[in-house]
Amino acid sequence: MTSEPILEARALVKHYPLTQGVVIKRRIGAVKAVDGVSFDLAAGETLGIVGESGCGKSTVAKLLVHLERPTRGQILYRGEDISHLSGRALKAVRRNIQMVFQDPYTSLNPRMTVGDIIGEPYDIHPEVAPKGDRRRKVRDLLDVVGLNPEYINRYPHQFSGGQRQRIGIARGLALRPEIIVADEPVSALDVSVQAQVINLLENLQQEFNLSYIFIAHDLSVVRHISDRVAVMYLGRLVEIGTETEIYDHPTHPYTQALLSAVPVPNPEAREHRTRILLSGDVPSPAHPPSGCRFRTRCWKAQERCALEVPLLAVPAVFRTTTGPVAHDSACHFAEERDVVPNTEPGGAGRKG
Amino acid sequence: MTLVNEPIPQPATPAPAGPLLDVRDLHVEFRMRDGVAHAVNGVSYSVRAGETLAVLGESGSGKSVTAQAIMGILDSPPGYVTGGQVLFQGRDLLTLGREERRKVRGAHMAMIFQDALSALNPVVSVGAQLGEMYEVHRGMSRRSARKKAVELMERVRIPAARTRVGDYPHQFSGGMRQRIMIAMAMALEPDLIIADEPTTALDVTVQAQVMELLAELQHELNMGLILITHDLGVVADVADTIAVMYAGRIVETAPVHEIYRAPAHPYTRGLLDSIPRVDQKGQELYAIKGLPPNLMHIPSGCPFHPRCPRARDICRKDHPPLYDVAPGRASACHFWEETLNDE
Repeated sequence: MTSEPILEARALVKHYPLTQGVVIKRRIGAVKAVDGVSFDLAAGETLGIVGESGCGKSTVAKLLVHLERPTRGQILYRGEDISHLSGRALKAVRRNIQMVFQDPYTSLNPRMTVGDIIGEPYDIHPEVAPKGDRRRKVRDLLDVVGLNPEYINRYPHQFSGGQRQRIGIARGLALRPEIIVADEPVSALDVSVQAQVINLLENLQQEFNLSYIFIAHDLSVVRHISDRVAVMYLGRLVEIGTETEIYDHPTHPYTQALLSAVPVPNPEAREHRTRILLSGDVPSPAHPPSGCRFRTRCWKAQERCALEVPLLAVPAVFRTTTGPVAHDSACHFAEERDVVPNTEPGGAGRKG
Repeated sequence: MTLVNEPIPQPATPAPAGPLLDVRDLHVEFRMRDGVAHAVNGVSYSVRAGETLAVLGESGSGKSVTAQAIMGILDSPPGYVTGGQVLFQGRDLLTLGREERRKVRGAHMAMIFQDALSALNPVVSVGAQLGEMYEVHRGMSRRSARKKAVELMERVRIPAARTRVGDYPHQFSGGMRQRIMIAMAMALEPDLIIADEPTTALDVTVQAQVMELLAELQHELNMGLILITHDLGVVADVADTIAVMYAGRIVETAPVHEIYRAPAHPYTRGLLDSIPRVDQKGQELYAIKGLPPNLMHIPSGCPFHPRCPRARDICRKDHPPLYDVAPGRASACHFWEETLNDE
């Protein structure tokens, strides 16, 4: 799966200005929502981005699909910088990068029929489907996402949450994009429906050779669907690697804390697990701590952490080793720690 | 139905005989313009002092409506309790008058809501909201109520409580707001707390802190706790007993260790199989087919039959009662034995 990256983020920065005053607005600072994020996405791959609310993961999604413009940095699509395109050139690129939103209730226009919602991308990109052909295409799409094509004239309120998310996915697929950026696509869904939508996303990836950026806060879901995983904290990536590297060999203390806190469906794990309880809250992204941003909540923090920004690279201690522990981790004191609780003594949580 | 449970740590005061809360055959319906939604259809469960009962279900399963009926905060109209009893310390709350019920609610039972930001009053400082509990229920002066508010905030470990007591809800983070909700629920040291998805809106690291705090206070005050959630992971972490709800009924109930090891209802089993695992990367997920039922048209017989891999003719016709599976375990499935022994 390692080919030329189809999408690259290069030192992406997005600052939202904070202003004071009504008539004469003065800039008094900035919310540093995304502050230097770089990653690659290979064709056919799923990159999961995890992090807590406010870490900037949704802003990254918006930057990738051009809903926001980066303050600094570049987004490369097939090697070409697309971050400053506009007009026709931007429109052409956008066709290939589509988005699926979190909330299936607010992301669909309640006054439009399902057919109009899914077909709307064709109004903007008429070259994809000639006018007479659109209804047929929309029916096909409904079928692809597992909805009855007869529903084409219904309105969003006539569907359940899971069905609406399928409509959102169908809209994302309409232009036959190569990349889909999905921002928390299953977190608003019930457990039994969530599995259906995850399976659908995986099947579609196979069928259409899609590349996914999959953003979520649920670490179990992200592991299930991702090939590689990036962990974000306060506007920066703190660790990135393959799914095995991150979950079975995490070296950044924040990743370890996150993973250790995951509630697992196994009551036996209660006694055996050691939970790393972080103290305090995430600091404000308007005034992030100096040096390592995680240091204010980190149990390993030392003076060096306040002075020196740790780079996202293979930590020095692991540079001579090979194997899964040697992956990018932005910590001065990186060390491996097994934190994921076992889900399966006594046969609970077995596979279907 | 009594839920058997492992012995609980004995409190200083002797526990009253019998359960703290005993819900019997509760029915709730919503009378809407386009029909009647049968939200709760004969739910029975009980909680003892110091015990944690988890009520697990998806949206529309009736888990929250049951709690609202117990608390007496059901929106009426359109919601009506149409049958059953809610025995709290032996007294049926449903027969009490408005005022009496209010007294019980304030001093003996409390509720924690999912969304702390909308559950707290945005234009009153948290100190005043916490203090109000003491002013109204204990007749304290404003000044001493304020002092109690600070104590409460310290107890739920809000840093710099003394300086933050005058702050408004929006000035706190999500986790801190949920702590304030917990503080408010704890204020009068109730016997029973109902927590409706208390950590769903929170991040995992904060979720762990809040659940830990809740469990600690519960232990300290020997309270009964009803935890309403859709998250099988959270249940496994804290519950003693679990009741799984589907279409307004309890379909399975068991001590928490047993249900995860060997579920006795196909719905529970399907739920357990459909969640991805964090400790390994699995193959394709098992997905329960179809959708949860429309509460205005609940399927005949077993309400789960249209989605059940085990469904046979009898399931379409006869509604399964809660069969006794083992001491403290029950399952509303005609084929619970097969389900239990299936590997």
